[in-house]
Amino acid sequence: MAEVDAPTLLALARDAEVKRADLKVVPVPPPLDPADDEWAVDDTPLYEARRKIYPQRVHGFYRRIKWAVLFVTLGIYYLTPFIRWDRGPKAPGQAVLIDLPNRRFYFFFIEIWPQEIYYLTGLLIIAAMTLFLMNALAGRLWCGYLCPQTVWTDLFQTIERWCEGDRREHLQRDRGRWTLERIGRAGAKHFLWLMVAWWTGGAWVLYFADAPTLVRDLATFHAPFIAYAWIGILTFTTYALAGFMREQVCLYMCPWPRIQAALTDEHALNVTYRYDRGEPRHSLKKSTALRAQGLPSGDCIECLQCVHVCPTGVDIRQGADLGCIQCGLCIDACDAVMAKIGRPTRLIAYDTDLSIKDRQEGRPTVYRFVRMRTALYVAIIALVGGVMTYTLATRDAQSVSVIHDRNPIFVRLSDGSLRNGYTVRIANKRPERREFTLSISGLAGSLLDVVQTRDDGRFVVEVGPDQTREVRVLVTEYTDFLPASTPLTFHLYDAMSGERASASDYFRAPAGG
Amino acid sequence: MAPEHTQVDTVTGTATTGHEWDGIRELNTPLPRWWLWLFYLTIVWAIGYWIVYPAWPLVSSFTTGTFGWSSRAAVVTDLNELKTLRAPMTAKLAATALGEIKNDQALADFAYAQGRSSFRENCGPCHGAGGGGAKGYPNLNDNDWLWGGTLEQIRETIEFGVRSGHQKAHESQMPAFGRDGMLKSDEIVTVANYVRSLANLPTRPRTDLAAGNKLYADNCAVCHGPDGKGNKELGAPNLTDGIWLFGSDEATIIEVIANSRGGVMPAWAGRLDPETIKALAYYVHTLGGGEK
Repeated sequence: MAEVDAPTLLALARDAEVKRADLKVVPVPPPLDPADDEWAVDDTPLYEARRKIYPQRVHGFYRRIKWAVLFVTLGIYYLTPFIRWDRGPKAPGQAVLIDLPNRRFYFFFIEIWPQEIYYLTGLLIIAAMTLFLMNALAGRLWCGYLCPQTVWTDLFQTIERWCEGDRREHLQRDRGRWTLERIGRAGAKHFLWLMVAWWTGGAWVLYFADAPTLVRDLATFHAPFIAYAWIGILTFTTYALAGFMREQVCLYMCPWPRIQAALTDEHALNVTYRYDRGEPRHSLKKSTALRAQGLPSGDCIECLQCVHVCPTGVDIRQGADLGCIQCGLCIDACDAVMAKIGRPTRLIAYDTDLSIKDRQEGRPTVYRFVRMRTALYVAIIALVGGVMTYTLATRDAQSVSVIHDRNPIFVRLSDGSLRNGYTVRIANKRPERREFTLSISGLAGSLLDVVQTRDDGRFVVEVGPDQTREVRVLVTEYTDFLPASTPLTFHLYDAMSGERASASDYFRAPAGG
Repeated sequence: MAPEHTQVDTVTGTATTGHEWDGIRELNTPLPRWWLWLFYLTIVWAIGYWIVYPAWPLVSSFTTGTFGWSSRAAVVTDLNELKTLRAPMTAKLAATALGEIKNDQALADFAYAQGRSSFRENCGPCHGAGGGGAKGYPNLNDNDWLWGGTLEQIRETIEFGVRSGHQKAHESQMPAFGRDGMLKSDEIVTVANYVRSLANLPTRPRTDLAAGNKLYADNCAVCHGPDGKGNKELGAPNLTDGIWLFGSDEATIIEVIANSRGGVMPAWAGRLDPETIKALAYYVHTLGGGEK
């Protein structure tokens, strides 16, 4: 094998990377000298403890957006079960309800049966495409603002600052000894955390039963054990994930940061440190001095505010990072500093590496939001959404499905006639009892018999409100020399409303008549 | 940890683990420590399982765990719960006459569902999952019944069986005309062809059907009837229709006349409770061939 010298390898590796030649945050160590390249016993640990993060309070545009999103999303989550929706006396009056015992999902005016679970598939496709679209437009919008992990962590961090003080105070207290005051503050924090976590679990179970009734049952200890168990589970997960795991969830548990990194492209906006403006960075004093001499100096004054406010402990100036959820709080922090030192804001901003390059090379910056990628995402969302809306709006309030007997496939009767048996299931999706007339077409001389119907000559099947019913149907054919398989259609007719449904099957006969 | 001992990768600036394969060095990206603790926790959890649930084999038994849980007992509990759940409908089924079941839609659906599941479990091995039958095992979907196809007759057959050894079982025996020397070979061939003629099946050329008729009247008519329509009291099959339990070809009929036949169906009384037998009778009746 040919000897490849180290600098060539290094150059190759650098070429393969995204070009950030102007950003030299981490000094590159000198290449190894092959002479002393002997592997010493390695001492770096294979496991590392979590570094506790003390995010500092911040004010600004993105913080206000995050507050608004937090209130709206948590409000929806906690209060939705209490919204009422009148569906008549025989159906539940809760707007959003997952009725597991009766196998129904209610969402305002929509009622979904288990066999209509494909609507969930459609919703999942729309959700995935929306996620991809957000990512193609402005990076990890989901992570930064909408993800439950982010929202609850934000809430828990707010409670933490409230009880134990802002970054500096909290750090100082944590370094000090355990005083009565520190115990009290920590106790208050954990109490409030547990209250929020408990409320989160409590709201969860309300989606599965009538909310006001369940709240009363829970309070009087009459609720089923499973309700308390789920409240316990969600209390624990909320407390652990939002209180302690926090950014560890994004770093080690969540698949989206990995997928996101593979899906993003150079045109997607990202929370970006504009190193073309920021570098070379110096302290405020030195940069003022340099500028007075007419020498170049960047706007970054190494105040570390962007790092201190970061909820995941990332240094945005090192570029895109797995841990950076792109919540924009560093933008707010940096803007406040820039305003104080009299420099233009948005040294950190939603931007792209491409436009930084453009500015460096004196080209006008171009932002392209309409791209093949975004257009396709929008098209898929529109298509799936359209199909779902259409099928929802035009779906029938009744349906019929047929299963042909498998044993026996046909029966020869004593008079020589042939008979096929079918299991017919009729679904009535209306909240009232309905009568359906069953008939067949496709066979000339056939006789229909519906077992388990009234003996009045008409094949009328009664189906209860919001129910299905299975009946056994026998079709007897007196014609000789039938083909091995004859198409047959079952018709369902509601004489009261005039609505119809049908299903296709076959009449089987022995091969060769 | 002395930093000078740590090898740092020049491109990424990350420490390496010191492992090298063909010049490729492994970067050390440490796992979070809580991950390690979770791993230990799963081990502790497994030990908890050993204590709570049956786990370790002993010489002649096994450790039963703190609560003595067993999957067998859990099934019994579940079945009892199911029984409790069905109790009102089962009581109603017990109190309703067989012929009245179909007048109550809910009860009819219940009986049908219970009958179907019990049929597949208990009757399916011989009669087929849908009662389609097989050679020697009657098809329950057609309208030809050996021992009668009314609801009550079906129930009686299920309860006591056929030649099952039960006191009330259906009993009858087709004689072995050939083996026992009651008919000679040529007589058997003649009567077999006569029987085929009863069902309008082609007969062997130059068969003396008149002699066959005489032989039939002397030997067979007492059970199968003078016209061959059979007798449900004796379980004697109708020989005039197109339904044959063992087959309608000449060889099969000769074989049956010569050596006789007599299938056995077990008695289900005592093995299934009366409500289940009732549901089974109702279900079999609805398969299509049920008689009024």
